[in-house]
Amino acid sequence: MAEVSLRKIVKAYEGGVQAVKGIDLEIQDHEFVVLVGPSGCGKSTTLRMIAGLEEITAGEIAIGGTVVNDIPPRDRDIAMVFQNYALYPHMSVYENMAFGLTLRKFPKAEIDKRVKEAARILDITPLLERKPKALSGGQRQRVAMGRAIVRDPKVFLFDEPLSNLDAKLRVQMRTEIKKVHQTVRTTTVYVTHDQVEALTLADRVVVMNHGIIEQVGPPQELYHHPATKFVAGFIGSPAMNFIPAQLEEASGGLNIVIAGGMSLPVPPSRVDRYRGHAGKPVLFGIRPEHLTDDKTTDKHHLEPLSLTPEVIEPMGMETLAHFKLEGTEISARLDPSTPAEVGKPLALLAHMGQMHLIDPATDKVI
Amino acid sequence: MADGTVMIQGAPGSVANSSFRRFARRRSTIAFLMTLPLILVIGGLVAWPAGYAIYLSMLNRRMTQFIGLTNFEILLESDSFRMVIFQSVFFAVTAVILKALIGFWLAHMLHHLPTKGQRKWRGMLLVPWVIPPALSTLGWWWMFDPSYSSINWLLAIFAVPSVPWLGEPWWARISVIIVNVWYGAPFFMIMYLAALKSVPEQLYEAAAIDGATSSQRLRYVTLPMMRNIISITVLFSLIVTFANYDIVRVLTNGGPRDLTHVFASYAFQVGILAGNIPRGAAVSLFMFPILGVIAFFVLRGINRRNREEA
Amino acid sequence: MSSTSAPQAHPRGIFHKAGSLRAERRWALWSAYISLVVAAVIMLAPPVYMLLTSIKTSAEIADLSGNPWWVRAPTLENYLALINNPMFRGFFWNSVKVTVAVVSISMVISVLAAFALGRMRFWGSQVLATGVFLTYLVPDTLLFIPLYQIVGGLGLLDNAWGLVLVYPTLTVPFCTWIMIGYFASIPKELDEAALIDGANWLQMLTRIFIPVALPGIIAATIFAFTVSWAAFVYPTAFITSPSEMPMTIGVVSQLIRGDTFAWGQLMAGALLAALPPVIVYAFLMDYYIAGLTAGATKG
Repeated sequence: MAEVSLRKIVKAYEGGVQAVKGIDLEIQDHEFVVLVGPSGCGKSTTLRMIAGLEEITAGEIAIGGTVVNDIPPRDRDIAMVFQNYALYPHMSVYENMAFGLTLRKFPKAEIDKRVKEAARILDITPLLERKPKALSGGQRQRVAMGRAIVRDPKVFLFDEPLSNLDAKLRVQMRTEIKKVHQTVRTTTVYVTHDQVEALTLADRVVVMNHGIIEQVGPPQELYHHPATKFVAGFIGSPAMNFIPAQLEEASGGLNIVIAGGMSLPVPPSRVDRYRGHAGKPVLFGIRPEHLTDDKTTDKHHLEPLSLTPEVIEPMGMETLAHFKLEGTEISARLDPSTPAEVGKPLALLAHMGQMHLIDPATDKVI
Repeated sequence: MADGTVMIQGAPGSVANSSFRRFARRRSTIAFLMTLPLILVIGGLVAWPAGYAIYLSMLNRRMTQFIGLTNFEILLESDSFRMVIFQSVFFAVTAVILKALIGFWLAHMLHHLPTKGQRKWRGMLLVPWVIPPALSTLGWWWMFDPSYSSINWLLAIFAVPSVPWLGEPWWARISVIIVNVWYGAPFFMIMYLAALKSVPEQLYEAAAIDGATSSQRLRYVTLPMMRNIISITVLFSLIVTFANYDIVRVLTNGGPRDLTHVFASYAFQVGILAGNIPRGAAVSLFMFPILGVIAFFVLRGINRRNREEA
Repeated sequence: MSSTSAPQAHPRGIFHKAGSLRAERRWALWSAYISLVVAAVIMLAPPVYMLLTSIKTSAEIADLSGNPWWVRAPTLENYLALINNPMFRGFFWNSVKVTVAVVSISMVISVLAAFALGRMRFWGSQVLATGVFLTYLVPDTLLFIPLYQIVGGLGLLDNAWGLVLVYPTLTVPFCTWIMIGYFASIPKELDEAALIDGANWLQMLTRIFIPVALPGIIAATIFAFTVSWAAFVYPTAFITSPSEMPMTIGVVSQLIRGDTFAWGQLMAGALLAALPPVIVYAFLMDYYIAGLTAGATKG
């Protein structure tokens, strides 16, 4: 168990392409940190540098206070779970889990005790004699985790471990991973491109894009207080609506004027924060779940507006409606009982207390 | 951004780099040691002899004097060597074309069978490739025997007159080709069968829905998908056939009247049996440019294939 | 009858084309079976005829009146004569000796090299991999004259160990080539997992790569075995005394004496000499074929 520190980590490939552009990150002991971002954002490269599978071009990585830049993977005391599980196909489940301990010359009895214990935690005891070939995807995933657990390493590294599973198993294994972490409490760095996975698993989420860290924080904070347009758009599904607008002064308050003349007042509590941007173009950001017909929530700062749906997607527990507003695609989440129809204007409420304003010049949330 | 990068790479970068280089150097050293035996084999037993052959070919018969390209000149002027060139090219080209056609036909026929039955037929048809060619050629030699030929006996049933298989130059050439085709066609069959199996069934289904007849499917789906493996196999077989020794040695030993020699058997005759090592080396070196050209195309084909798969 | 049915054939042909997929399939199947039967008869005729000859007496072979494809009085005397012939047994042991040595040497060299070339990526590894393939394309008939001089210079002419020295030129390039292919098909994550599990390079090779690529190793071993057993050019050039000859050249050169050939014994000798590769093939056909096609499909 240990903390992990990344200091000004850079990864540059031959030819000068930078995959990771000098990131700083402090991971606490016992913490579950998820690196999330679109493909090519540098999250996997970062994980592989922690593992020692990639050379660190510049900067320092420390695990448990020791700088590990020069230490080969096997001496870093880490364990890794791969996307395709990387189980040794010629070994039984038991041998797969024992392999790392065997190489480290652990006594047989100790190996046996640890493997059995891990198998019990993961509920794979009946599978110990099977070969990986004879396992289902979810079972292989458990074995891969078992292989990490038996080593009792300082850090667990997960590289998109659930992306080869079907949707139902993925949800199940997600819970499983969380349970395991709550049992063993090992510091964990987890890479995924799936923001739902990130939000559900993490103590803290690290959102990466283009080789830099956009924002670090607990899931709720990222959802409610995104720092940048990228985070605002990446966290939450369906994605936040961004509507080009103008911020204008109006009788002591501020109004968001959307192209086409629609005007929405900024809640008084935020007026001070936004005043500096009065008279400038802004991006008005509002999540689909805050653009709704639902009248039961708190009545603060609800602003009526009328839009004409182009596509209606009933999802069962809710209905998604898609509109076009001055060339921008917008979606809203409706109550399934709402009689929405394509081409028929619909009365909606915007929860202005949940809105965000983004400075289009910097892409930062104001 | 460019400025920022340079700055970041400045101080700590040098430390990390040197340590990684040490690690990389260590890995390189291990890797090099592991490849060393291979390098010794390639260098000492292939590259060095190949170079040595060039040197040898420029010596006189007693290997006491350097005589430049004289051996090559003498060879090119001799009628029997010109016959060797003709026979080698004729043999290799004819045999490879026949092997490719027969192999393709058999592979295609095998592919029609239900998968369960294929194994048995494939097993039987590959037998000629499995028997060491020098030994199976002994059997052919016996079947071609002038007075006891069992093939002529079969032909006589259909009132076909006896064929002087190995006694007459053209028949001898044909005999050599027959044996080589018999030996090599199964190899083509196996290669093409593997290639046929790699064509996704859905492509055929899509073509069938688009209205392609079976011959159109062959023309527009199968052949383009197999083009690369066909050319690699043909070129590869061209090299092997061109350099063939076993069959000619056992079947005709160059006869009748030295008219069926190919490069390899002639080089053996001149270099080892007649003891003119330099001239023998010169004979086999004549293969080199031809093989070089073929090898170039093989390599290009494989690179292209790799790129397609990547 | 044929003249009356001919004009009708055309319209029926169109219906046939449009309608009956099953008829088309059945026709394809029949033509396949006919072609394959014909091919199998031709492919198997020479070995079968060799077998028939080998169980005939010399008198029956010399008798031109009968059907040569039939055996009237089968006998094992040809085989017995060979098995009791110490020279022939000597050929066999020479072949075994040379083949075992060459196969072991080749496999060690090519597995080590393929692992280094395929997985360790060092300076020049790409060039070397191409070099391996090119070497594979260099035929033995191009090299036997300079090698004759080189082996002679080492004093190994007319010595079975001289063959052990030169046979790797036939086996190592191809074995290395197909092992690179097999190793390349092992997912990269597997060695990363092993690296994190604490394996060093040697452990990675022996505990992970060799077991996982076992089918490839078997295929390469079969290839090396077949090639060294069947090698003909080098022994013909380098070996002159019967006591050092391996089987192929021994049968071809020593069982043919003068003008009166002992055909029965010659065929029996050829079949006995061909037996080991055929047995290996019979039991390990799938590996054998995998090795054959690996060069092109994995390369």
